[in-house]
Amino acid sequence: MEITTQEFKHCDLFKVQGRVDSATAPEFSKVLEKANTNGHFKLIVDMSELEYISSAGFRALLAAQRNCKRMNRGELVLVNVPERIREALELAGFTELFKTFNDPLEAVGSF
Amino acid sequence: MPISTFPARFEFLDEIRDLVARVAHEGGFTEKAIYSLQLAADEAASNIIEHAYEGVANASLQITCDMQDDELIITMRDTGKPFDASNVKHPNLKADLSKRQIGGLGVYLMRKLMDEVRYESNAKTGNLLTMIKRRG
Repeated sequence: MEITTQEFKHCDLFKVQGRVDSATAPEFSKVLEKANTNGHFKLIVDMSELEYISSAGFRALLAAQRNCKRMNRGELVLVNVPERIREALELAGFTELFKTFNDPLEAVGSF
Repeated sequence: MPISTFPARFEFLDEIRDLVARVAHEGGFTEKAIYSLQLAADEAASNIIEHAYEGVANASLQITCDMQDDELIITMRDTGKPFDASNVKHPNLKADLSKRQIGGLGVYLMRKLMDEVRYESNAKTGNLLTMIKRRG
């Protein structure tokens, strides 16, 4: 798993590449938590190059979404969710917890 | 039936998913089904490592993954704490964000993704998980 971060004026964009499982999810969580610690609560996770994510990764997303949405200070949104991952998110009932966009710029513009 | 032994550590989940993908690919499963099988195997192995072997160092996990006719059968054997699947509550997938529980999601996904999921615990031989998926 590799994460590249891009900071915009109103939000942060995280591109997650590779695989998020129980081994790598803690690092994924840490990156999102760090953004929150720095006062950034409008987060975009770009999944275009994400090959795989297990429920450990879902847990990281859920925890981050809770923290971002607290006191209406922000939100975590998803971009370019690959078909298979979207199906797994749907199975877990997660699709209604996250707004999704097909274009990173559209997501950036939504904040 | 070849038995593969893996250290019960998260770093080996990649290899477990690779094993399942290889057998499923040779068995003629679609790429979509292969992803589901990898996810189910990952959730099962992660649960064993995290819960059955909680606090246990140098534990290992024995896995078989084979085709029998048009079924792919995965077994995982561990000697950790017995697992009582009936204790796992069905996650509430409609709960709002603040009430959403992540626990139990792994078992839920395994059951959804596989055609059969069976647990057996035996004081002598340990725990045996059997998961079956039929080729559609």
